[in-house]
Amino acid sequence: MAQERLAAIAGIHEYPLRVAPGVSSMQIKAESMKRALDDAGLDWGDVDGLYDALDGEGGGGLGLAAYLGIKPRLLDTTQVGGSSYEFHASHALRDIAAGRCNVAVTTYGSTAASMRVPIGTGGMGRGGASWQQNMEAPYGSTLIANYAMVAHRHMHEYGTTTEQLAQISVATRKHAMRNPEAVKAMTDLQFVKVDEITVEDVLESRVIADPLHLLECCMISDGGGAAVFVSPEIARDIKKKPVWIIGAGEATKYRENGGDITTSAGAQSAPAAYGQAGVTPDEIDIAMIYDSFSITVAVMLEDLGFCAKGEVGQFIEDGHLAFDQPGLTLNTDGGGLSSNHPGMRGLFLLLESVRQLRGESNSQVDGAKLAVAHGNGGLLGGTHTGGTVILAAD
Amino acid sequence: MPKAEGGIPPTKAITNMANRPQPSFPEPDTQHFWDGCKAGELRYQTDSDGNVVFYPRGHSTVTGDRELSWNVSSGLGSVYTYSVVRQNRMPGFQELGAYAVAYIDLDEGFRMMSTIVGVDDPTSDIHIGQRVKVEFEEQAGEDSYPIPVFRPV
Repeated sequence: MAQERLAAIAGIHEYPLRVAPGVSSMQIKAESMKRALDDAGLDWGDVDGLYDALDGEGGGGLGLAAYLGIKPRLLDTTQVGGSSYEFHASHALRDIAAGRCNVAVTTYGSTAASMRVPIGTGGMGRGGASWQQNMEAPYGSTLIANYAMVAHRHMHEYGTTTEQLAQISVATRKHAMRNPEAVKAMTDLQFVKVDEITVEDVLESRVIADPLHLLECCMISDGGGAAVFVSPEIARDIKKKPVWIIGAGEATKYRENGGDITTSAGAQSAPAAYGQAGVTPDEIDIAMIYDSFSITVAVMLEDLGFCAKGEVGQFIEDGHLAFDQPGLTLNTDGGGLSSNHPGMRGLFLLLESVRQLRGESNSQVDGAKLAVAHGNGGLLGGTHTGGTVILAAD
Repeated sequence: MPKAEGGIPPTKAITNMANRPQPSFPEPDTQHFWDGCKAGELRYQTDSDGNVVFYPRGHSTVTGDRELSWNVSSGLGSVYTYSVVRQNRMPGFQELGAYAVAYIDLDEGFRMMSTIVGVDDPTSDIHIGQRVKVEFEEQAGEDSYPIPVFRPV
């Protein structure tokens, strides 16, 4: 099946700081948009499409165009947590192919670290009345505990071990140590050890919510960035090689009576994305997977088709993941575990995919041609979304 | 449908937590469930085809039908999965020490989030598949709703 070239990522920017006191989310978004446009060789006034995940002070979406000072003819405010940016890429492919816009931007800005937002351990709140909140708030679950419940069940059903999951943290840290921005992030966030880590390091770090250890949990940072989506006509004249969005899939999953918690929305979104792209998992060079926690990556490696359900432990032991190992390569920027996690990491999955397919990564895989970016939004063991995007080198 | 006779009496001081977040009302979907907790009943819904509907809602999640029946669970079930929370910055839970959160599969076919009580050490005394039974943990404050929690049987 011939791949179509209907929309491309033309420019990217990742805000370099992970601790940025005195800067607002909106400033990060605006600066990132300008730098991503510069990366593409496009102008502020070229932007005619705006995607936004409703982050930023004073109202994203409705308020963002006003803040930026642009008048897009397409506005999409899809907010599905950390996978929002995969959904934006999916919608940009659809919208650009339909002629609804030619130069579209998605931006992200967050000051979660400076604001000391306890994303993972802040509890699930005593928020206002809702059907779900009323059923779950009394029990003091946390975001981490929710993911940990997936890990426990995965271990129970398939014999997956903490040692196997820890390898995800080890490989990701190896990549982070090659990324100067990630090293600065870990330094600025006062990581105990800014160096490569071992499985033993992971196991000896404290348990946050059984069975997940500290070094299996992503950091909380400031940060942000932007990506510029363009039509094939625009892509011909940009500064760098375009990276093509060739397939996308979206899905949601939630707690169900009798449901299987070890299978995520990715099991639905990934086949749709591969189908549109006309590729199979064994052709993928780079997997950029939302590593909120080790277990998130483990489940997604299965749901994205790199191994069968329940076999990820063996897949990891077979030696993949690191950029200098054969086979699939994971999260070459250092991931949320060791580089950048301001709350909604989905954008960075697209950005590092683009770097790899341009040949610009700090942990470059020679000849990388196909990448998958898979974002997970919400709670893996509860209501969540999966957004899968397949990207191809020019 | 199973029907508890006279409900299950409330218990006290099983996790030393009488200040759990209370459900907020008005909230039409879950009001009857929580009224059930005051009556010592763990209530769940079924649609006219017998499909179990839970968490409580105004419609069948299988058919969209709005004609639902309320039933009372035996309160017996199994631990589907769990975690032991070591760190929660939320007041009340912050001081609690390690405690479990779990999804419980009730024998009638519905899954609910809850906690496991009555174990010496939640990190070692809870396992997936463990049989448990509901209790209603009394809460401080006038007219508060008892919280359904589970104890190994």
